[in-house]
Amino acid sequence: MPDLAVESLIHVYREGGVRAVDGVDLRIGAGERVAIVGQNGSGKSTLVRHLNGLLRPTSGRVLLDGVDAAMRTVAQLARSVGLVFQDPDRQIFAGSVRAEVEYGPRNLGIRGEELRSAVDWALAAVGLEFDAKTNPYDLGASRRKLLALASVLAMRTPVLILDEPTTGQDERGVQRVRSVIGEAHAQGRSVIAISHDMRFVAEGFERVVVMRDGRVTLDGPPEQVFGRDAWDQLAATFLEPPLPAVIGDRLGLGSTPTDEMLIRALASLG
Amino acid sequence: MLTLDEVSYRYAGATRASLRDVSLTLRDGEVLGVVGRSEAGKSTLCLVASGLAPRTLGGTLSGRLLIDGADTAARAMHEMASDVAIGFQNPGTQLSGVATTVYEEVAFGPMNLGIARDEVLRRTESSIDALAIRVLSDRDPDRLSGGQQQLVAIAGLLALAPRHLILDEPTAQLDPAGTRLVSDAIRRLAAGGASILIVEQKVDLLAGVCDRVLALDEGRLTLEGPAGSILADPTLHALGVAEPSPVRLRRLANEARIPSRAIELALGRAANVTDA
Repeated sequence: MPDLAVESLIHVYREGGVRAVDGVDLRIGAGERVAIVGQNGSGKSTLVRHLNGLLRPTSGRVLLDGVDAAMRTVAQLARSVGLVFQDPDRQIFAGSVRAEVEYGPRNLGIRGEELRSAVDWALAAVGLEFDAKTNPYDLGASRRKLLALASVLAMRTPVLILDEPTTGQDERGVQRVRSVIGEAHAQGRSVIAISHDMRFVAEGFERVVVMRDGRVTLDGPPEQVFGRDAWDQLAATFLEPPLPAVIGDRLGLGSTPTDEMLIRALASLG
Repeated sequence: MLTLDEVSYRYAGATRASLRDVSLTLRDGEVLGVVGRSEAGKSTLCLVASGLAPRTLGGTLSGRLLIDGADTAARAMHEMASDVAIGFQNPGTQLSGVATTVYEEVAFGPMNLGIARDEVLRRTESSIDALAIRVLSDRDPDRLSGGQQQLVAIAGLLALAPRHLILDEPTAQLDPAGTRLVSDAIRRLAAGGASILIVEQKVDLLAGVCDRVLALDEGRLTLEGPAGSILADPTLHALGVAEPSPVRLRRLANEARIPSRAIELALGRAANVTDA
């Protein structure tokens, strides 16, 4: 399993000259679960699009297992890094759910029984196993989004990147996304997710990276990033810690960014 | 005032109705929230309330859609559009695709309503300020981030100064600051007498912005009432709807046998912080 390194990355969009990523250094170890948070337009999506070669740095480097991504084609990178877009309709094109999910692994040269089992597994992971024959556009927006996730999952890439995976999902859909991430993690894969949902972030990731104006301003476990000492930094990028973190601090219970941590701390008070 | 009277709707080619016997009234100056699990009929309700279903989408509608008590069955879509504005889930669908700058995009709607130029400019300016997107004014709408596009799309809707506004997950891609700007704008619009129907998964947002909330399940209206009591209703969780953070904490504390006094004290202290 590879590790990822981003070194002094700068990206300036040619059109408009917007400096979307402005000097990011980041190292993500194999099997890590990392959430990237920050304001709209803070450079999160631009940053992750460098990890699979969709965007190339204006300056700086992206290293996959120590090898400069610039030396590899997008097709080569696609074997290692799977990216699920925020908007599933940018991704979906096939006539059936099954064909949609097959497309990625088929492109990687996977055939026969291996292809079938990869697709079956991915469909089951997102709860679409009974919709294999359905036309993707007969699915509602939230299930189309799960379909887009399945089609990248089926490629079994060692690195999985999710751009706002929970938007438009109901409670059960968010649960599905969480279990997919848990399963990928158990298989030793790295998961990087962009999200505005602080509860989802605090509950499902060991590491939280905060971006502001194209730079990383905080980087650490949820207890640290949502802990009292980081609140001013969070506020500077208009983020708020999850409610249990605020309550835990008010009651002097330490940093309790998840409901579970807060309830445990309260219960131990007796 | 917008009324659905025993409305059922089935999409063209579908075997089952997506909306069944729904009756509701959206009053002037009211913000009405809609919750429900995925595919419960929330987006369909938006399409029906805006008049797009069946006028543009086909399908079969029974029951009546009334505006200020008058049946709309005979009205064409362009006549509906002057009374009801709709914001889609995906801002990519919403944007005109013809404006080359954000400023033009926001002005596009009122320009097409044939409103006087001064008024178009005034509305465009105030909508841009309301959503704090002035820095984006000269940018190409197609080259914005998803969240930025969503703010631009909502600014375009505000510029229409609609009497009825239907919003399908307007903050799905927004950061917390953008979400707050949108909820403030919704409250202001309602204070001016407009009525707003809003579908959202973010229940914490609904708790802050809605007067009333209703829940849909399998196309039927299952709960309806004041926002505070519906969002705290224990059956909501069973309907697959997330609970607002304080409601969830109360439930979890109760399950962990933590005295309710302790959790109320904790929530009270947190409220003081977030209010300040």
